[in-house]
Amino acid sequence: MNWKLAFNIAVTHLVSKRRQSIIAMLGVTFGISMFIIMISFMTGVNQFTEDMAMDNTPHVRIYKPIELEDKKIISIDNPEKGNDWHVLLHQRPKNELPKIKNGMMLMQQIESMPEVLGVAPQISSQVFFNNGPVQIPGTINGIDVKKQKELFALDKKMDYGDLDDLLKGGDVIIIGKGLAKKTNVTLGDRVSVTTPEGNNLTLKIVGIFSYGIVSMDESRCYATLATVQKILGKDPSYVTDLNIKLKDIDGARAFAANLANQLPEAHVEDWETANASLLAGTAIRNIMTFVVCATLLVVAGFGIYNIMNMNIVNKMKDIAILKATGFQGNDITGIFLLQSLMIGVAGALLGLVIGFFISYLLSITPFPAGEFFRIKTFPVNFNPMHYLTGVMFGFLTTLFAGYFPSKRASKIDPVSIIRG
Amino acid sequence: MTILKADGIVKYFTEPEKFKVLKGVSFEVAKGEFLSIIGKSGCGKSTLLYILSTMDTDYEGNLEIKGENLRGKTQNELAAFRGENLGFVFQFHYLLPEFTALQNVMMPAMKLGKYSNEEIEHRAIEKLKLVGMDEYARKHASKLSGGQQQRVAIARALVNDPAIIMGDEPTGNLDKANSIKVFDILSQLAHDNNQTIITVTHDPDFANGSDRIIEMEDGNIIGTHFPKQGAKQL
Ligand SMILES: Nc1ncnc2c1ncn2[C@@H]1O[C@H](COP(=O)(O)OP(=O)(O)OP(=O)(O)O)[C@@H](O)[C@H]1O
Ligand SMILES: [Mg+2]
Repeated sequence: MNWKLAFNIAVTHLVSKRRQSIIAMLGVTFGISMFIIMISFMTGVNQFTEDMAMDNTPHVRIYKPIELEDKKIISIDNPEKGNDWHVLLHQRPKNELPKIKNGMMLMQQIESMPEVLGVAPQISSQVFFNNGPVQIPGTINGIDVKKQKELFALDKKMDYGDLDDLLKGGDVIIIGKGLAKKTNVTLGDRVSVTTPEGNNLTLKIVGIFSYGIVSMDESRCYATLATVQKILGKDPSYVTDLNIKLKDIDGARAFAANLANQLPEAHVEDWETANASLLAGTAIRNIMTFVVCATLLVVAGFGIYNIMNMNIVNKMKDIAILKATGFQGNDITGIFLLQSLMIGVAGALLGLVIGFFISYLLSITPFPAGEFFRIKTFPVNFNPMHYLTGVMFGFLTTLFAGYFPSKRASKIDPVSIIRG
Repeated sequence: MTILKADGIVKYFTEPEKFKVLKGVSFEVAKGEFLSIIGKSGCGKSTLLYILSTMDTDYEGNLEIKGENLRGKTQNELAAFRGENLGFVFQFHYLLPEFTALQNVMMPAMKLGKYSNEEIEHRAIEKLKLVGMDEYARKHASKLSGGQQQRVAIARALVNDPAIIMGDEPTGNLDKANSIKVFDILSQLAHDNNQTIITVTHDPDFANGSDRIIEMEDGNIIGTHFPKQGAKQL
């Protein structure tokens, strides 16, 4: 068939019905620009939350949970036989330290594994911060400053002070922004900390950090391993957590499972399990984006379908003439399909431009996140793949929406129209 | 030499009730012949012409054009056949309103794709000259009068130099002067170019000027006249 001729006829038809063509095109434009805006923003949010969470989330974490024994302690010496049962209500856990056995050695062992980028040891403990008569609960984390910096970029989260100041002198801590506010302290002040065992120590604040995650900023503080060991009255081998960063984040689950087999006593948790709710949020946002965009495109598709159908009813006479003068069914299909594709592609391209423009505006719009979020403008992700997808979507929807009316046009019987 | 042969053409309409419009029409047309079909309104002339034009395929009997049996050909094959061999002028002038007169005339030739675009344009202008419409070539079809449109439609029917030109009352919407002009064009095509003309007409002068008249009544041919041989003038 003669595509050039079909193209010329299609263009003439579109131009002569300019208003109708523009309205059909704007339907696609609207759908595609919304798609671009939505997907750029949604993936921007996903990226932002993921980055925020992943920065200080270990890929794999090893810790010692305090768990109830499965078996009843009394059964150890007096096994149950036959109908002779032990009924034990409210069994208490053993008095056990949440300590990882041979923590430091284990750390070196894991660090030498090829998949591992680094391991940061940590001691976590509940503490109370005393603000006059009020006690504010929180956690104190003993860290290896150098590793925490390398693996979890804690130095990037500092609002005031310097992370390295932790290494200068003992009895110093850095505390979360929210916690500093609650305890009404600033840089250089001292804060009194009480451990669950009743030990009390006064520490000097050398830094204030914020993660942008309220629950962390309102409860956490960091000190060196040695300082925390001292507060808790523990020996220098005492570690409660090993936070592992891997070279490849996607291998975390498999790596954790493997490690768990080798360490029956400790609990090994990968980030996907730990952040299940975050990932679910991402998945839900993705689904929502696609549902909304698909709906918009389907609506635009129906618009084109309707307009093309109307167009063909108006053009019955022309179709009859073309057929009478030698045009075949597929020439007619081509003419109308081209019209619909031109509407679709022009609409999609305009949609991309508008979508890009609006997402750009969004990306420079201040984000009212409150003081906790480390974010100044709306998170927007400019990914060329989205733009490609947008054009493809526009193309396919209009191809689909235009196909059936065009097929119908090709089947029109010229005699029934020319007969009048 | 026979160029068109209709053999026992029967046509039914089923709406609103089954109704036999053509009751077995048979005739032959020679190459270069100028044939008129006449008859009372409603006797089935247009219906017959649409069958001869290959556009209506829902009939019984046989149709042969240029020695080709057109029964059992697909719609696409028939469209291609029409484009190459047949030209039409419809009862009501039918041009594509968005295009200029020239573009309308060029359209079937562009589809046929036998000549280059310049060649097609040149030929189209020739045909427009023939019908006296060359000065309106660049005007949009929708801006032309009925008679002007009819003449452009004739030029379009001629553009591919078809073997047979069919017209359903081609002068029906024209005044006397223009009718005579169209008649002269058609008879010249038949006698100088050896093209075959088949027209349905109500105009007695037009019919009397042709080589042969077929008279129809109620879906049957009831008579054939050769007006030039003085047999019978209508
Ligand atoms: N689509 C149709 N459905 C049913 N009957 C039809 C249809 N088209 C035409 N007819 C009938 O068929 C008969 C022949 O119609 P046709 O158009 O061939 O007449 P005609 O001889 O061309 O008349 P005219 O000189 O008025 O143009 C008429 O009785 C008409 O009512
Ligand atoms: Mg008629």
